[in-house]
Amino acid sequence: MSLRIEQDWGRFREIVRGKIKQNLRRYIVRSELIGKKGKDLVSIPVPQIEIPHFVHALERSGGVGQGDGDLGTPVGIGEHEGDRHAGNQPGEHILEVEITLEELARILGEELELPNIEPRGKKNIKSFSGKYSDIHTAGPESLRHAKRTFKEALKRQIISGSYDNVDPVIIPVTEDKRYKAREPVEQPAFNTVVIYMMDVSGSMGSEQKEIVRVESFWIDSWLRYQYKDIETKYIVHDAVAREVDRDTFFRVRESGGTIISSAYKLFRKIIDERYPHEEWNVYAFHFSDGDNWSRDDTHECIEILEESLLPWINLFCYGQVESPYGSGQFYYDLEDHLGEKETLVLSKIPNKDAVYDSIKKFLAKGR
Amino acid sequence: MASTDLKQHIEEIEKRAHEYELDFFDVVFEVIDFEEMNMLASYSGFPVRYTHWRFGMEYEKISKSYSYGLHKIYEMVINNDPAYAYLLKGNTDIDQKLVIAHVYAHSDFFKNNFWFSVTNRKMLNEMANHAVKISRYIDKYGYEEVEGFVDICLSIEDLIDIHSPFIKRQFAVKSFLEEDEDGRKPISKLRSPNEYLEDYINPPDFIEWQRKKSEDEKIKKEKFPESPKRDVLFFLVENAELEEWQRDVLSMIREESYYYAPQMQTRIMNEGWAAYWHSKILTEKIVTDTEIIDYADHHAGTLAGRAGSINPYKLGMELFRDIEDRWNKGKFGKEYEECNDIEAKRKWEVKLGLGRDKIFEVRRLYNDVTFIDEFLTEDFCREHKLFTYAYNRSTNMYEIESRDFKKIKEKLLFLLTNCGRPIIEVIDGNYMNRGELYLAHKHEGVELKLDWAKDVLKHMFKLWRRPVHLETVIDGKVRVFTADGGKKGKEVEIESFLVR
Repeated sequence: MSLRIEQDWGRFREIVRGKIKQNLRRYIVRSELIGKKGKDLVSIPVPQIEIPHFVHALERSGGVGQGDGDLGTPVGIGEHEGDRHAGNQPGEHILEVEITLEELARILGEELELPNIEPRGKKNIKSFSGKYSDIHTAGPESLRHAKRTFKEALKRQIISGSYDNVDPVIIPVTEDKRYKAREPVEQPAFNTVVIYMMDVSGSMGSEQKEIVRVESFWIDSWLRYQYKDIETKYIVHDAVAREVDRDTFFRVRESGGTIISSAYKLFRKIIDERYPHEEWNVYAFHFSDGDNWSRDDTHECIEILEESLLPWINLFCYGQVESPYGSGQFYYDLEDHLGEKETLVLSKIPNKDAVYDSIKKFLAKGR
Repeated sequence: MASTDLKQHIEEIEKRAHEYELDFFDVVFEVIDFEEMNMLASYSGFPVRYTHWRFGMEYEKISKSYSYGLHKIYEMVINNDPAYAYLLKGNTDIDQKLVIAHVYAHSDFFKNNFWFSVTNRKMLNEMANHAVKISRYIDKYGYEEVEGFVDICLSIEDLIDIHSPFIKRQFAVKSFLEEDEDGRKPISKLRSPNEYLEDYINPPDFIEWQRKKSEDEKIKKEKFPESPKRDVLFFLVENAELEEWQRDVLSMIREESYYYAPQMQTRIMNEGWAAYWHSKILTEKIVTDTEIIDYADHHAGTLAGRAGSINPYKLGMELFRDIEDRWNKGKFGKEYEECNDIEAKRKWEVKLGLGRDKIFEVRRLYNDVTFIDEFLTEDFCREHKLFTYAYNRSTNMYEIESRDFKKIKEKLLFLLTNCGRPIIEVIDGNYMNRGELYLAHKHEGVELKLDWAKDVLKHMFKLWRRPVHLETVIDGKVRVFTADGGKKGKEVEIESFLVR
């Protein structure tokens, strides 16, 4: 019996896959589709193919509901079910399922055929986390499990004969009380830090930064899926580099010249001081238009990378966005001097559509 | 198959249901796991249906929402004799009992409701036949070909006339004697005694008028179809230039549409009826002390409303209860309606005791539209806090618009009429004497979703193989959309022009 649906399901997925390839590009490109909801839920539409019918243009035409409220009270109609039998609701054709970032990353991984990352670090260290899925007989009142407590009380009263069918009053005593408790879950700990660096010099316009924003979101999702806990650091630089928070990273205004080595020095400092490379998986992503101030500085960059960064970290990705002002020379300098280093990945991102391939290039090594 | 425990529950509940005079088809229960349940739900309950990606899409949706905990299917029952019902393996005892009672009530509804009287009661077999036929066509004509054709058919699957199975066709016996060979009626003249009186006795105006009338009638007779046809699918099956296998596929899809139509027409009643009875049977006869809390939990979950939408289970059940109460107390009829004393009305009690009989009558004769039209009262709306909501452009939200009884009823009836679908009729199958198809949308205040309508027209063009026109109203003006192929080198061209 189960064979039958597999044929149809497979067929559907095949059709969608043809669609998804383009659609996924669109997800990546149209960043507003990355609707973050709650703590780490995103809502993405479950692929549905619409068969057109003659229908009323009923969008936003309202309907009939039930409940309290004065006139003008908003009713929480966020999502309609795609149930054609509902009868009293306009049909909604895209079912949005809120999925975890993890699931999203998994889909991304499948789509881009990304290999899983082999983590390094202290595999013996276990960390404990837990879910409130256990029941104990002692605990704080705030965690009391009302239903279980009630059942215990009922059991006791029935056994002891104090339960009265006619007047069923249940009074729990201390022994009946049950509490939710944390159940420890062991997890191997991998320490991972991801450092994003962005050139915010005058030549990086808002379009260039949008590309960086979209690309780093997807990279971030993927790495978070691969590692349970992850630390991220953000560095912006023009002629000088400074460490900023995520918000600033994406919002800071552009100005000034470009001295890339300033960022690499700060990066090295952060690693040395806070994230010793023996214990940490380090990922670095640097986005720039490749228009460095001077050749001397470029040489300094190469030196820093070659001697003190590339040997120690998992991956150093340099993504060069195209800007009308930049020469893009930095890319070729890196390619010439460090092209065969395993931990260095270079990628050019001329426009938003190239984000897809760039991510694939960066993460395809599975390091 | 059902375990011994479950068998006992089934027997017990069946017995109780009979005691309440529910009259149902035998029910075959199958206990299945959630994967099978999801799969069967994707095929809307039928284990064997023709192959199509749409069922895979349903499966994707159902199994995803199951695995994210958004939705769980406890039970499914199909209108068939015997009825087939699926129970989810691993449900608690009390869940199963509730569901079993629910299923018997559905089966009773299927068997007795007038609108179901014309449905095929051997649909399980019929669906399997369709599956076999389609798979043979696939073998013969290729997967893509057949699937593509099914896609086209599906986009017009709802263009049926839900009343047509009940129409008793009167074949008019007409006399050909009075007609001449052209099909015209002879013009009646009075005999004039003298030639010079001819113009007075048979005035030329009148003769001319008669001739014209007879001509008009002839044109009308030649019109094809004679009167607008709402069963567009039937018209196409009969008249479209299709390959035989295509005609067969189209008529299969039409048959399935007619099978499902009564279920969509009686959703509120059917679910309400089932909820009414599972509640009655369980609370009065079945539930034990230890089960009452879990029962209440499940029952409340079934009836829970979400803000801004009507739960058909709840609305239906409450209406049945309201009807029962009113007919028990005699709260109906002229005397009650005309009473102006609110207090007296509230306490009205003439001990009629007709409630039970009345609800059985209602379940036999009504569908959702007539059910709401007749039994939704102002008191009921107030008591159950119904409202209409509308979209507010300035706040970008849906807001409660009104609690006015008339508006609520109007809105509900509109949403239920023709299952909420627009009514499309075939006006002319030989439009402009060029064999083109002319359809009209019966505009009832709401416009068509245009981009979709255009897509459907393109699909219909592929079926009809000649230009297809659709007349509808946009912004208060009548417009005609045309799908024609080949011209200007494009596959299908959509044009529109203003009629007036």
